[in-house]
Amino acid sequence: MHTSPEKNSSALRAGLVASWPICLGYFPIGLSLGVLAQKSGLLPWQVGLMSLLVFAGGSQFIAVAMLASGASPAAIVTTTFMVNLRHLLMSSALAVHFPGASRRFLALFAYGVTDESFAVNMARFNQGGWDRRSALVLNQAGNTIWFFSTVAGVFLGHLIPPGSLGIDFALTGMFICLLVFQLRGPIFVATALMAGLCSVLAYLWLPGNAYVIVASCLAATAGLMLKRAWRRGRSAQ
Amino acid sequence: MSVGNYFFLVLAMGLVTYLPRMLPLVLLSSRRLPLWLAEWLELIPAAILSALIAPTLLAQGAPRTFCLDKPELLAALPTLLFALKTRSLAGTVIIGMLAYWGMRFLM
Repeated sequence: MHTSPEKNSSALRAGLVASWPICLGYFPIGLSLGVLAQKSGLLPWQVGLMSLLVFAGGSQFIAVAMLASGASPAAIVTTTFMVNLRHLLMSSALAVHFPGASRRFLALFAYGVTDESFAVNMARFNQGGWDRRSALVLNQAGNTIWFFSTVAGVFLGHLIPPGSLGIDFALTGMFICLLVFQLRGPIFVATALMAGLCSVLAYLWLPGNAYVIVASCLAATAGLMLKRAWRRGRSAQ
Repeated sequence: MSVGNYFFLVLAMGLVTYLPRMLPLVLLSSRRLPLWLAEWLELIPAAILSALIAPTLLAQGAPRTFCLDKPELLAALPTLLFALKTRSLAGTVIIGMLAYWGMRFLM
């Protein structure tokens, strides 16, 4: 891999530019986590340490609530594991874009795999020409904003009114657009529709957030079967 | 909780979060995947994104119920149309925020 200084700095800039919707979305969520953590009696360094070591929003909200209610550490760690297991699917899907990458790079990159960075990086890799270093920078930009906004929330989160300027919708808006980028044919549309349906049903019927993994696996499997049936139908003609 | 106990708690949380993020990347990236797995993984991003979005638009938390009149759903329609039409990420995020803000204001 070439690592001339100019190429490095342009990869850095591309990663930072691409990360802006993520940063915009993380900021209010991080602040509200900080507020919640402060109410639960956590100190700023405790919030910061959790954001650095765990870096997974949903599970941190749950952990803070469990800490406040006096849950056992074993229960908190088990719940964290279950809630974050969905990243297994994301890292598997990302893996095809890192042939020949060093273990060190992958170990570093893996730390920043979130729902949001996964979605943006996948869209960029599919477009082509997305530098791995830009992908890493994007992950780390999200991590930095997350760290500072969660700690800031402990101090000043209560000053910001909830729902300002529709900022709570930033990540949903981003996911909608990135989903549109993923719809590259009828099989993808069918898979997305099935995933949405399964996800709502699983959300209503299953506890916790197993709904993401269950719905994604079911829909991708059904999509694959549909694709194969369609291919067989065409080759039989 | 003591400082030491808290430290070990978040360390354990970090470890169980990091391993599922790291293992597939390290184990799968340098390997030729069987065709069925590669094709299955190709469908995963669309499935995950849809699975993440759908309950936000169509269901309420605590208690979890199906719901068709959330401002999120109403804001998602113009957002989706805009994304399909322009394929602009920046524009879609801004239109989505404005639409959501407007819906919350109206409802």
